[in-house]
Amino acid sequence: MKKSHSNESHGFDEHELLHELKHFLPAQAPLKDFVHHNTLHAFQDLKFYDAIRRASKIFGYKVSLSLEEYRSLYSNEQINHDILERVIAARKGSTNVEEWKAKALYGKYDESISPRIGRLRSNWKKKYYIDLDLLVHPLLFRILCSYLDQGISIWSFPDSKKGFLASMREIEQNTFSSFFKNERAKKLLLEGTCTIEDLLTIIVEDKSLFNQYIFDQQFAHQGWSGMVSAVEDLPQTLLDRKKITLKELIIFELLLEIDALDTKFGENWTSLKHRLDSKPNELFGDVPKTELSELLNIWQDAFEWTYYDQVLAGVKIDASKHEEIKEKSFQAMFCIDDRECSIRRYLEKFDEGCKTYGTAGFFGVEFFYKPVHANSSTKQCPAPVTPKYLIKEEIENSKAKTNNDIHFGKHSQSLFTGWFIAQTLGFWSAFRLLLNIFRPSENAAAVSSFKHMDTTSKLTIENKNLEDVEEGLQVGFTVEEMALRVGNLLNSIGLVKDFASIVYVVGHGASSVNNTHYAGYDCGACSGRPGSVNARVISFMANHAGVREILRTQGIDIPASTQFVGALHDTTRDEIAFYDTEIFTDENKQKHFKNEALFVKSLDFNAKERSRRFESIDTNESPEAIHERIRIRAVSLFEPRPELNHATNALCLVGRREMSEKLFLDRRSFMNSFDYEVDPEGKFLVNILNAVAPVCGGINLEYYFSRVDNHKLGAGSKLPHNVMGLFGVANGIDGDLRPGLPSQMIEVHDPIRLMVIVEHFTDVVLSAIKKSDQTYEWFLNEWIHLVVVNPVTKELSYFKDGAFSRYEPLQKTVKSVRDIESLIESHQENFPVYLIK
Amino acid sequence: MTPILQLFIFIPLLGFIISLLIPSKNETAISRTAFLTVGLTLFFVLGFVGYWLFNGHPVLNLKEIALFISKEYEFLVDLCFDKITVVYLLVGAFLTFLVTIYSRYYLHRERGYKRFFNTILFFYLGYNITILSGNFETLFIGWEVLGICSFLLIAFYRDRYLPVKNAIKVFSVYRIGDVGLILAMWASHHLWHENITFLKLSNYELVHEHLAEHSYIGVFISLMILLAAAAKSAQLPFSSWLPRAMEGPTPSSAIFYGSLSVHLGVFLLMRTYTFWEHQISVRILIVLLGLCTALIASPIARVQSSVKSQIAYASIAQIGIIFIEVALGFEKFALFHFAGNAFLRTYQLLVSPSVVSYKIREQFYNFIPRHHTIEDSLPKKIEYSIYLLSLKEFNLDSFMNYILWKPLKNIGRKLDFLTVNRLLLLFIPAYLLGLIFLFINGNGSEHPHEYLPGAFALIGLLMILKSFSERKSPLMSWLLLIMNHFWIALAISFNEKFELTEIAFYLSGIIVSGLVGYWGILKLKSYEQNIDLNQFHGHSFEHPKFAMVFLLACLGLAGFPITPTFIGLDLVFSHIHENQVVLAYATASSYILAGISLIRLYSRLFLGPHVKTYHETAYKSS
Repeated sequence: MKKSHSNESHGFDEHELLHELKHFLPAQAPLKDFVHHNTLHAFQDLKFYDAIRRASKIFGYKVSLSLEEYRSLYSNEQINHDILERVIAARKGSTNVEEWKAKALYGKYDESISPRIGRLRSNWKKKYYIDLDLLVHPLLFRILCSYLDQGISIWSFPDSKKGFLASMREIEQNTFSSFFKNERAKKLLLEGTCTIEDLLTIIVEDKSLFNQYIFDQQFAHQGWSGMVSAVEDLPQTLLDRKKITLKELIIFELLLEIDALDTKFGENWTSLKHRLDSKPNELFGDVPKTELSELLNIWQDAFEWTYYDQVLAGVKIDASKHEEIKEKSFQAMFCIDDRECSIRRYLEKFDEGCKTYGTAGFFGVEFFYKPVHANSSTKQCPAPVTPKYLIKEEIENSKAKTNNDIHFGKHSQSLFTGWFIAQTLGFWSAFRLLLNIFRPSENAAAVSSFKHMDTTSKLTIENKNLEDVEEGLQVGFTVEEMALRVGNLLNSIGLVKDFASIVYVVGHGASSVNNTHYAGYDCGACSGRPGSVNARVISFMANHAGVREILRTQGIDIPASTQFVGALHDTTRDEIAFYDTEIFTDENKQKHFKNEALFVKSLDFNAKERSRRFESIDTNESPEAIHERIRIRAVSLFEPRPELNHATNALCLVGRREMSEKLFLDRRSFMNSFDYEVDPEGKFLVNILNAVAPVCGGINLEYYFSRVDNHKLGAGSKLPHNVMGLFGVANGIDGDLRPGLPSQMIEVHDPIRLMVIVEHFTDVVLSAIKKSDQTYEWFLNEWIHLVVVNPVTKELSYFKDGAFSRYEPLQKTVKSVRDIESLIESHQENFPVYLIK
Repeated sequence: MTPILQLFIFIPLLGFIISLLIPSKNETAISRTAFLTVGLTLFFVLGFVGYWLFNGHPVLNLKEIALFISKEYEFLVDLCFDKITVVYLLVGAFLTFLVTIYSRYYLHRERGYKRFFNTILFFYLGYNITILSGNFETLFIGWEVLGICSFLLIAFYRDRYLPVKNAIKVFSVYRIGDVGLILAMWASHHLWHENITFLKLSNYELVHEHLAEHSYIGVFISLMILLAAAAKSAQLPFSSWLPRAMEGPTPSSAIFYGSLSVHLGVFLLMRTYTFWEHQISVRILIVLLGLCTALIASPIARVQSSVKSQIAYASIAQIGIIFIEVALGFEKFALFHFAGNAFLRTYQLLVSPSVVSYKIREQFYNFIPRHHTIEDSLPKKIEYSIYLLSLKEFNLDSFMNYILWKPLKNIGRKLDFLTVNRLLLLFIPAYLLGLIFLFINGNGSEHPHEYLPGAFALIGLLMILKSFSERKSPLMSWLLLIMNHFWIALAISFNEKFELTEIAFYLSGIIVSGLVGYWGILKLKSYEQNIDLNQFHGHSFEHPKFAMVFLLACLGLAGFPITPTFIGLDLVFSHIHENQVVLAYATASSYILAGISLIRLYSRLFLGPHVKTYHETAYKSS
């Protein structure tokens, strides 16, 4: 932890305080840009267990399952007895195993959490008998929401565009009403010179308490503060840009507090300092280990390794009777996403000649995408990257896309038009509702990944003139830029020879209806958008004669008969659309015709495999029938779980397909193709791991934390959610914003950390992860586990404390399964790892 | 065909009881029960309405299911069926049916799945009783059921702070409406000297003749009805409760606060239209109330930046217009408007999560930074003033707080010197004294004592106020609530012919639920030690069944229609003379405040964020 996390020094440094505060506040962007990230990113400079222990004590988060939950997992054999003993032995020494096992299984502990945050400000209630939050929050939230609103209100905030406080001042000056009830706060606002320090001097007086007071205050509504902080740092995340800073929020809130206190006590109340019995504990002081925290860590380790051990045992088994098939029917690239795990398995099962690859779903091409008629463009690459390119959609003679659903329009909320609409359209609503419940179908409210880009559109991919710049972005890529990206992609997944005649590049997206978190269901590597555009763009590049020319000089010889084609897999509906199929040669057209049928069949089976988790679908039905139900599910208003997204994710495999081909991983693994032979020095591995750590690690940890504390780190049940200003959700009308994932997304998730399994030699991997400090931190501090498989000997090495040590799985054999269909019909819960016969 | 009307009450009742018996793990059975109950009712309603229309749509009245009869008094359940009932019945059955199907999937795996469907069915029962009722007494049964269901559904997420706080708030506003209804019932007892049916109210000569003699009682009754209607339909000054009620799962908000519950005030006005039709001043008042509400709720709706509160205020504005339509006598038009508004708002609330993707997409293609609105043409100072006022909901929420709860709490605080011992020491002798007075004066003398009944009722009211503001001991609060009923019984005993059997009838429910609750608090105290009333404790997390029993005790003590006390209460009012306004007000206020105090007591002990933090607990701001 950085030194700065202390308020021991008696001087007050506003700048430092704000910096620190922003570091710890939730960093979730507005709903439309929802991207998964590590919820406790602020603690990532510490080892995982130290970090969560601190986070729990300081902020009151629940950071693991409870003893009771672990114990019940143990009694259900989801935590293995031998693994538990091994974990205890490793942590406590082999002589103490029995003692600690007894504690783990039967010990009684007080698991209640009494956080440090909020203690200072709790004195308002204790000593002054005033509930400041209750008096201040409703008005504050309402003002913030109206100020930031992106288009719900009809009469929007009279924003002067000069910033939050300036707008407040302008309104306060020009009104017969007031934000405040008393003169003092009003005067302070209008004077406009007060600083946080000035106001805190009135309220708290004692400088050494200032930092803690502000932390208490802002963490009483961390959702709103986090949103303000996110908008401050990234104003472009709101289409209707708003100028606001965390500092302004704090000043305004302090003014409201002063006003509330003045209302109750008149202007002469004594500041908080004088009524304190004792100074509260240092907020960021040390948090020592306790026996309970150690036990929880033991249990968590045992829980994780029970699963990892099976996987590693499976990986170790050498399925090397791999005979090379000469004639490849086709190759297909998918996103690394865990949801693509099973569809790849089915394709390979039904057509042994095909080969699938996995890579981050933006396929190595980063750009902004501007659909036809759009006002702005949207980023199509991982969130931290800022592209310099623009890809435009062009359609001849197209009409502007307009939505016309009066139910979302503003007219029904006005007095007179509303009067008319209630009398007429009201009855139409009744009919719509009836239809929606008995025959759900596509409607204006639905989000469909296929709508992201028109199938018939043209994209401006190639840049022939460097002068062609729009919004400061270069339109399209030059041939050299294209060749560089195609080369990187093919090298990184190890597809540099033996090209089939068709290579599909399959992006993915999702569809849902009545879903505020829709952006979280699309491709994370494309900043929460469907990956269709990227798939088309990279295909175009790979087909480009000039590009192929350059690649040939680098030793990648793509035969003229090979054609790349983009596609989009909708993971909710399990449907696929292919783009630009008109470029196929006659021969390839024939093959594609056959392949398309194969895709359809595989998608049916994929739907069936997914359906086992859905209560409302009978998994014993035929794949086709189930698939139809899955499609209906995606457009049903009343379905809060259109799909389960990344729930149950636990693994990330980086290596050749042979490593996992024979394993049944139950859709729990991210899969990135990589061939150590193509990249012996680990040059491309660096990029892969630089993406895997924040993207897959971020997804995994957001699921982890939302699962273990859905109230404080997740968004709670989505059923009562109310949309606030189009950028967030809250419960009811005057609650705090709820960042994190709703309970419907995480309830089937097992909270275990991600294990990355890389197929290469340990020294290469070590130097690859050390290339970037940020990436290295993920592994070194154990937020992600790392195991390296020696591609030759299959020996396993586990990374800990900066070095690799050999890992020998406890489990020696792996059960095998012949008939996956009857397996998935058997039950809803997670499966162990199986070898597929 | 009249007896068939009972079906529309018995089917939901049966469904509700069955749904209580199903184990909470069995989602399918629970949702099927709800589906069948409402589906079957809808089926019969459709058939019956067809048959009724075919037969020339007569007004039906089913009378005389007497629940209690004494020499002077009878409590009759009476059902009435006319075109108003038809519209409400159809809309209600249709929407409830759709929402039960919707919720079957929507609530899957939610903790409280069973509780949700129990409450929906109970609500549906209350709704049907209300709209089929043929007299005030029957209507009041349904009205009470709706009130408690509202509380339960708003506080559905009982482990969070805001839903529980808002549920209490809404329940309190409903209780204020109930004062109106009780006093209207009391006054109409004296006006008609019987349990008047709504059917008889449509007899112009009869109404006219009675009102000519007692015009002030007529106006009083109308005003009280208006009070009840305005509270239920979120008209001024009560409007701010409606958006705050949107705390439960979206389908329940949609059906309750989007459509059915919130339009019941309109129903009450239409049902009693023939009574106040000729009181021009009342009609003007209703028009003005509707107009003001519409004019104030619309700008509030326009500035709302959260989707549910926007729908709520837009709906309030429309209901304001419906009030005007009713007052102007456009009954059919109002019915049409009600149905349209109910459907529209239900649908809008159900699809409200979609607003994000829909509007973001719209903006992506057609973004205009700031729409020019009609308000922009106002002078800046006026524009900003209205904007700010609308943002603060015209201070309606703090207004209610200021005029109502603050004074009550303040009076209660003045009584802080009371402890359990002092309480017993002071009031047992006083009560005995009262009894001696009663004995000397003779029970039921022809000329009741002028001040004593009122004074005793006021003491009862003081007990309630103290119980309401008690911060420490739940036991104390509980004892006060019980004692209040005894004071009221004593007060009424001074009036004529209040027989011992009647007193027993009234107090029977009180004693039973009082004892159960007393035992409950003692037991909880032995489990949990500190159970002061300063904060929410959330003990339903560990003791859900216990919480249920205690809730029943609270309802019993509050005179909810599950014990004979409910009828006893009506009985009590029938014994209050029309010139005993103090007694009437004190008794009515006690009744109302006792209800609020009980719900508060229950909430503090069993609802809200759990005090033990060994499991996930919610932030106070959620």
